[in-house]
Amino acid sequence: MSDAQTQIPVTVLTGYLGAGKTTLLNRILSENHGRRYAVIVNEFGEIGIDNDLIVESDEEIYEMNNGCVCCTVRGDLIRVVEGLMRRPGRFDAIVVETTGLADPVPVAQTFFMDDDVRSKTRLDAVVALVDAKHLPLRLKDSREAEDQIAFADVVVLNKTDLVTSEELAKVEATIRAINPAAKIHRTTRAGVALTEVLDRGAFDLSRALENDPHFLEAHDDHHDHDHDHDGHDHHHHDHDGHHHHAHASDIHDVTVQSVSLRGGEMDPKKFFPWIEKITQMEGPNILRLKGIIALKGDDERYVIQGVHMIIEGDHQRAWKDGEKHESRLVFIGRELDAERLKKSFDACQAA
Amino acid sequence: MPTVAPLDLEGHCIAAVFLGDVPHFAMADGAVHRLDHGHKTVQANDGLLAAFHDAANDRLITGGEDGKAFSVKAGGEVTELASAAKKWITSVAAGPQGAIAYASGKTAFVRFADGKTREFVHPRSVEGLAFSPKGMRFGVARYNGATLHFPAAEGKPVELEWAGAHTGITFSPDGAFLVTTMQENALHGWKLADGKHMRMTGYPGKVKSLSWSVKGKWLASSGAPAAIVWPFSGKDGPMGKAPLELGTRGNAMVTAVACHPSQDVVAVGYDDGMVMAVRFADAKEVLLRRPGKGAITSMMWDKEERRVAFGSAAGDCGVVDITA
Repeated sequence: MSDAQTQIPVTVLTGYLGAGKTTLLNRILSENHGRRYAVIVNEFGEIGIDNDLIVESDEEIYEMNNGCVCCTVRGDLIRVVEGLMRRPGRFDAIVVETTGLADPVPVAQTFFMDDDVRSKTRLDAVVALVDAKHLPLRLKDSREAEDQIAFADVVVLNKTDLVTSEELAKVEATIRAINPAAKIHRTTRAGVALTEVLDRGAFDLSRALENDPHFLEAHDDHHDHDHDHDGHDHHHHDHDGHHHHAHASDIHDVTVQSVSLRGGEMDPKKFFPWIEKITQMEGPNILRLKGIIALKGDDERYVIQGVHMIIEGDHQRAWKDGEKHESRLVFIGRELDAERLKKSFDACQAA
Repeated sequence: MPTVAPLDLEGHCIAAVFLGDVPHFAMADGAVHRLDHGHKTVQANDGLLAAFHDAANDRLITGGEDGKAFSVKAGGEVTELASAAKKWITSVAAGPQGAIAYASGKTAFVRFADGKTREFVHPRSVEGLAFSPKGMRFGVARYNGATLHFPAAEGKPVELEWAGAHTGITFSPDGAFLVTTMQENALHGWKLADGKHMRMTGYPGKVKSLSWSVKGKWLASSGAPAAIVWPFSGKDGPMGKAPLELGTRGNAMVTAVACHPSQDVVAVGYDDGMVMAVRFADAKEVLLRRPGKGAITSMMWDKEERRVAFGSAAGDCGVVDITA
């Protein structure tokens, strides 16, 4: 992620019909926040704002012709982003709204796999809007609802006024079970502070870590909410000393799992071939991966993140005096073999 | 020694062309600048996305963010030809008998010279458009191949299949071959007589610029540190043959190519703004313009074969006079 100054940030907004995407978009377009947004929508539909920078685009998923089934991009986005970026002075950032049923992965991969798009823009964050009342139903009848949550950096849990505090706690626990790394905001009428969804730098892991110093820490209740914790009980999983806790959810409809790994210093000669191999072999099952790695003999923290088979890593900052040189890695995906991941991860530790 | 008459503009140049013998520069904001006894400007689209030089009618066809298609003629005559509501027009082409085609989303439109329009709806987005030089026929680049339509007649289109996303399209000047640019770093071609495939791969980058040499003997392309020039003089096109690599530079990518109107020479534009002319026969290079501010996006030779108009992504456009 070099040359960040000239790259325009892109926020991807996912969520089912009725979850509040249009409400949030209208706020982004009308509130006085001093930034100008170009918005790519599937249909002009209910956006009640006349703006030259709202672009309607037909969702167009292209499989790349390289034999990799999970290598998909959004062809329409490539075209629209290229067109928009030829006149860059008009806006400061781009928001991509996806249809309710959209798979967020091709959208995100477009910003990694297409050289033209990648050179001019950077994926800022994937924001999922979730309807507190209807999420349980959505999870029953579609895999997309789950994918959207699993893939999100920020989850806006909307319409909280339509459920009891008990129901809300349960919905939130479900979201947390699907995605332990996302930041959750409880809202009514999509009333989240725009600074919590825009310009987050979530795909810039070093920035994401600054925003959330407890990122990937052992206890999943570090993900602090900005308001009302009324009666919400986080699952406190049994922490088996350290190491992984694969979230086994009591919600039957959840097929996404997360595997959190913890270890000491890694041998770079073992770790990098291992992560390459895992993402090559398990790529289709991995939705997201994020991690902070302590490499033996390296005085800087190494951060890594990935989408399916695409992985990126970079040095973040020097280890602080007295800071424990510890490696943490979380996989979010399906059919992940937690035991095998743990064993092979452990085997990468420096002697 | 070639001399350069620079024209420093704001923004991204979509097309640098000669209309009449006047150089015109169509910019992404929709303004069309020309050097006609001084610098003059007309406005076409509100946001230009695609432009096609209609040589037969000596005009530029434009399509843009405003969902409109315009004709721009020498002297600054701008005529609105079509409007496709609120959606972007992302591709335009000109064909025989004054017909034009334009695309918006999944629909390709053909507008005949008399103003009548026909619509061709596709299951997937129309990525690119081109008319065949012979007969009233046009091709659409789309996901997993290309579709050929015969807009003056009824009947089924011809589907040409090849897996992958096809983003641009061109017919050879004799109408025998169809070539598409792809989302991956490759060209694909079909010999139209028998549907035989031609795979043209090995590019390190996407191919965004194609140009047929005189009589269509060669097809020059961008997307590599050299202009990649495929031989099309044999009956099977470039199949089994290696391309020429002209104007190779170690540290720059070719972003635009424009073949000379009568000789086997290609003007090659690079991502650092340099322009060279290279002869096919001996790969001899002549520097036409030193590196500038932005990547070369478009070039065209004039009819007298004496000047090359060029445009760049950073707005530093101009005209090279090779005889001066």
